[in-house]
Amino acid sequence: MNAKDLVIIPAFNESETLPDVLSELRQVLPGIDVVVVDDGSSDGTGRAVGEQPGVRVLRLPFNLGIGSALRTGFRYAVDEGYQRAVQLDADGQHDPTEIPRLLEALDGADFVIGTRFGSGGSTYEVGHTRRGAMRVLRLALRMLSGRRFSDTSSGFRAFDRPVLEYFALNYPSEYMESVEVLLQATYEGFRIAEVPVRMNARAGGRPSTLRLGLAYHYVRVLVTLFVRASRRRPDRPDPSTGDGGAT
Amino acid sequence: MIRATLVATSDPSAQIGEMTPRAHVFVALAAVGVLVFIVRLVRRHGLRTKYSLLWISVGVALATLAVFPDLLTIVSELLGIYYPPATLLLLAVGFLFLVVVHFSWELSRSEERIRVLAEELALLRERTERGGATVGGSEDGPAPPAADH
Repeated sequence: MNAKDLVIIPAFNESETLPDVLSELRQVLPGIDVVVVDDGSSDGTGRAVGEQPGVRVLRLPFNLGIGSALRTGFRYAVDEGYQRAVQLDADGQHDPTEIPRLLEALDGADFVIGTRFGSGGSTYEVGHTRRGAMRVLRLALRMLSGRRFSDTSSGFRAFDRPVLEYFALNYPSEYMESVEVLLQATYEGFRIAEVPVRMNARAGGRPSTLRLGLAYHYVRVLVTLFVRASRRRPDRPDPSTGDGGAT
Repeated sequence: MIRATLVATSDPSAQIGEMTPRAHVFVALAAVGVLVFIVRLVRRHGLRTKYSLLWISVGVALATLAVFPDLLTIVSELLGIYYPPATLLLLAVGFLFLVVVHFSWELSRSEERIRVLAEELALLRERTERGGATVGGSEDGPAPPAADH
């Protein structure tokens, strides 16, 4: 019905960077539709977008977290009949010129992750604590999903219609949903691909995690992962192979 | 030793595991207090019936114990617990644990429902602001009831 692609930008208090992200996006991909999900921002993020052709704003009445913001965006994409969608951060760390590469990768996959540690070269730096914690998460994810993901927390992703329809109803709302959802998508049998992309250092805004609660948050994610794994239905046919064979 | 002295000071004739008259009065008062408190909550602050029933039954259980203190001794013997007040504590802790776990579950469910509602609201608001293109329309809904005369 709608042959166009959609860019979904979840934004929580990003009024400083969001206008630049949108204008850059406009320059690189003039024709693409954009939906900004304002996750209950208090700094007028929704207003900062203003009236722009091709850009719509969904305003959540209060802050629900990125998982819910994304789920709202996915529902919008499904309701409006988009066949493909890209998730983009509002803080300017994702380079819009990489969007076409993510969309191209959807030809052989349902769910594409733009990874910052790939061979494509990256200028992105992460702290020691964070790096260690991410390693543990990756290990847990590898054990539970049976496959390797090089960047589990990247929020630069692309989805095809079946994934959009599934996520519109089932996208998780727990903390650090970006990791949990990889497990979920694997169990659902979606084909996941990774594409190395260039990422910028954060242009503004605050990092989403405070160091103070880091350990607690990572434990929470681990618990969430194991809960997700335990909910796995054992005999689910695998849509990618079509013969119901387990991988 | 301590147990014995405690009982002895309050009532020399009481044996271990039996309620003294003073404890009797105390439990009865507590039971009445619980009932009055819950009825007030229901009437003034709209406590839901399912919760009021829960707490009223607690009050009734307490009142029953106050009237028939032997019940506690009988239950204790059945469970093989030597010291009857421990039975009361055990049951109370077990009951409260179940109630709190139930509330955690209900809270999670309510939170998820609020979440979904808020998401729906954001989608609907955007749609109405845009001009209600997909809302309503010319579908043949139920005709307005004809006014009689």
